[in-house]
Amino acid sequence: MSATRIVNDFSIRVATANGTGSQSSNSLLFKSLFRMGIGVCAKNMFPSNIQGLPTWFQIRVSTKGYQDLRENDDIAVLINPETAKEDIASMRPGTTIFYNSSVIKVEDSQKKPGQVYYPIPVEELAKKLTDAKLRHLLKNLFYVGVLSNLYGIEEDVMKSVIKDTFRDKQSAIDANVGALQIGIDYAKANLKKEDNYAFERSNVNDGKIIMEGNAAAGLGAVYAGCTVLAWYPITPSSSLAESAEAYMKKYRVDKDGKNKYAVVQCEDELASIGMVLGAGWAGARAMTSTAGPGISLMSEFIGLSYYAEVPAVIANVQRVGPSTGLPTRTQQCDVQMCAIASHGDTKHIMLFPSTPKECFEQIQTSFDLADRFQTTVFFMIDLDLGMNSWVTDELIYTKPKYDRGKVLNAEQLNEMKDWGRYLDIDGDGIPYRTLPGTNHMKGAFFTRGSGHDEYARYTEKPDAYIRNMDRLLKKWETAKTVVPKPVITGDKAAKTGIIAYGTTDHAVRECLDRMPKAPIKYLRLTAYPFTPEVEDFIKSCDTVYVIEQNRDAQMKQLIDADLPGYQNKLKSIRYYGGYPISADLVERELSQKMGR
Amino acid sequence: MDTNCNRIGLGKADYSGKPSTLCKGCGHDSITACIIEAYYQMGVPPYEVMKFSGIGCSSKTPTYFVDRGHGFNTVHGRMPAVASGANIANKKNTVIGISGDGDSMSIGMGQFCHAVRRNIDMVYIIENNGTYGLTKGQFSATADKGSKAKKGWSNPYPTIDPCAVAIELGATFVARSFSGDRKQVISLIKAAYAHKGIAVLDIVSPCVTFNNHEGSTKSYTFVKEHDMPLHELGFVPSFDEITTEIADGETKTIELHDGSKLNIKKLAKDYDPTDKMSAMKMIHDTRATGELATGLLYVVTDHPDHNTLLNLCETPLCKLTEADLDPGPDIIAKLNKAMK
Repeated sequence: MSATRIVNDFSIRVATANGTGSQSSNSLLFKSLFRMGIGVCAKNMFPSNIQGLPTWFQIRVSTKGYQDLRENDDIAVLINPETAKEDIASMRPGTTIFYNSSVIKVEDSQKKPGQVYYPIPVEELAKKLTDAKLRHLLKNLFYVGVLSNLYGIEEDVMKSVIKDTFRDKQSAIDANVGALQIGIDYAKANLKKEDNYAFERSNVNDGKIIMEGNAAAGLGAVYAGCTVLAWYPITPSSSLAESAEAYMKKYRVDKDGKNKYAVVQCEDELASIGMVLGAGWAGARAMTSTAGPGISLMSEFIGLSYYAEVPAVIANVQRVGPSTGLPTRTQQCDVQMCAIASHGDTKHIMLFPSTPKECFEQIQTSFDLADRFQTTVFFMIDLDLGMNSWVTDELIYTKPKYDRGKVLNAEQLNEMKDWGRYLDIDGDGIPYRTLPGTNHMKGAFFTRGSGHDEYARYTEKPDAYIRNMDRLLKKWETAKTVVPKPVITGDKAAKTGIIAYGTTDHAVRECLDRMPKAPIKYLRLTAYPFTPEVEDFIKSCDTVYVIEQNRDAQMKQLIDADLPGYQNKLKSIRYYGGYPISADLVERELSQKMGR
Repeated sequence: MDTNCNRIGLGKADYSGKPSTLCKGCGHDSITACIIEAYYQMGVPPYEVMKFSGIGCSSKTPTYFVDRGHGFNTVHGRMPAVASGANIANKKNTVIGISGDGDSMSIGMGQFCHAVRRNIDMVYIIENNGTYGLTKGQFSATADKGSKAKKGWSNPYPTIDPCAVAIELGATFVARSFSGDRKQVISLIKAAYAHKGIAVLDIVSPCVTFNNHEGSTKSYTFVKEHDMPLHELGFVPSFDEITTEIADGETKTIELHDGSKLNIKKLAKDYDPTDKMSAMKMIHDTRATGELATGLLYVVTDHPDHNTLLNLCETPLCKLTEADLDPGPDIIAKLNKAMK
């Protein structure tokens, strides 16, 4: 044991089988560290299964509170015998390994130099639990007790987390505290600390909260004035719809007990987007949430939304494709599909939040943009952001002022000299619409996905078709001036640039912290279409690395297509294994490519 | 008041639409005329009508009636979802969906089933001709087994009966009619409009171009010969104080949600449209004998429609504003505190 203590800067991997209650133990660890003011990050790497398959949970502490995955762990907690061999083999020399010694045997040949092994006889200790029914769940708290004793997690803090988790259920609180104590007592009596890791109280979490991106988006939808949510269950987006519904049930019921919202769990994704279009057409703010396979199914309707100009918000919580792919793993792999979803020539607005706080805000922006541009807006997140618990900035309330776009009522129609549903009166490509129920002789129009002219009349005439398609392009140009601008940081004079978006931002920012002397500037995309700032940024660089989580460099390809002429400058860095991208990978790839 | 005006002072022309572009003599045009007549007689405010359709010949027809209402020609087989969404968003407006046998019984079978199951408050008309007209005469799923196509071959598959499917799935108003029976179609559309919940009208409507030949069981001649009206229908709207049709011992009266009445005078067979099992038996028995039983097959008036199931507030969702929908800053402050 060397003298240098490693404080608040290491990562722990907990290997368990899913469905055994380890989620609540891991959450207890995570929240306790958060409440101690320590910069902490949690990543759950779980299987597409209910019970019994391997699952890993990384709890990472860092002095700066980085929220990206760490490639290698310093400490492993091995409870699941199924993966123990593989997990031990993956641990580097000098690391620490806790193992469930009741079911895992560690041979000397498996050990590497400098490693510390701590046995935890989980099954033997479990005999001390009096509640036989809960034994298989509660025994997962032993490792939490052991870690807290060896590394210094405050017992009072852990008890406060347990108390808040189970609220008034005293028996559950007692059972959990009791199980935790068994772990603590075991460590006290049997384990001698032989490594250098330690937690110490800090203060980096002031102004922060713990929240999942899906919950933040669900709450944001409530604040955005969404009244119709039609969805179909699919991982990893289900919790977005379920959170939204839970918030609506709490905050959207009138004094007579009636709902100021409708949530419909549909028969499939086609019905979900169909209902959203029907509701959006009739004037309600409507959304659906889904993942890649759902977008594939919705594509025909998405084209209708674009061509007939009906507002819709689609939250796409991306997972690994193609096909069923890896349903419980993360990627940014639907960027190209969503940019042009549907047959025919179409283009769609996309937003890319990076944190739960931004999820809360940008889902609200999505509704404004959908109404303003009378089209589908994709709210693009991924499994990592949607389903993991994040340490994020506190949510900020802003008094809502919905942008309902160009909607005419009967009085306004009277003042209009000439109105046609698809007539570009203002020269921005955005026409005016009326809502069903408008009592005016000229208030109605016919919406169709077939060819139509400025007055919504059926036509197959080439000129009318081209005029309409060109107006839609003009609308797209207008969108470039309205969608959120990118966030640009770093040395303005630098000739090397990075472009990233969504959750990749966290890995990029940590990597840049590690390379303080490298002359690099960074543009974080928050929206598609690209605003003029994106081209200006690329112009000002000699080389731009586009970093993303998919195989085919999808965002880079979009930039190549939309901003032609910079192909020679644009280089790609990608990770697509299904776990969140890490600063370790970005640093390695970037250093190699930059020849450092 | 002008005698040619309805109770809200509108003439029949106020319920008209664009000229039809369907084939001359198409059964669908007869149904369109019946919709115009029924909505005119009922005094439906035209601007409150939301018209929906999928894709196909039948789905073109919403442009041919009630021009003053908003229309939405959606995608193939997906009219029910779009109509459902609009109905949720604005429950004060009235919904009519026009579909065809291909649109509802093949590509859109799933959506049809779920719209029925949810009891969407709408008039759902299937203009049923047993064939794909726009793509020139392929069989649809409602073609009878053994029925002949224009090109000569016969249909090897069993038919899907929209009424049987609808009744099985819990539809609250199910009727079958024939586009050639104007009086019956108009009575049924009026009753369907008055019904709260989904009203499925399967109207056999011969395709004069692709399915009107010898050997087809959906030809005009065949349907006319085999049409077997179950009863005579007399619809008495709630606003009509003079009861023109007086019920006698042979007549059953069904009171609909809005207070209007449907007097059902039985014809040859004793038939009770409030009994689900006899409805199913009638459909199966007549299929075996080759007859087409028309009229109101099944009705139940006390089932909640989808918006009632959703417990929606009085104001249509699309009319709610920031003042109604914003949960306010205190909730955010509370949640921020709870997520520590």
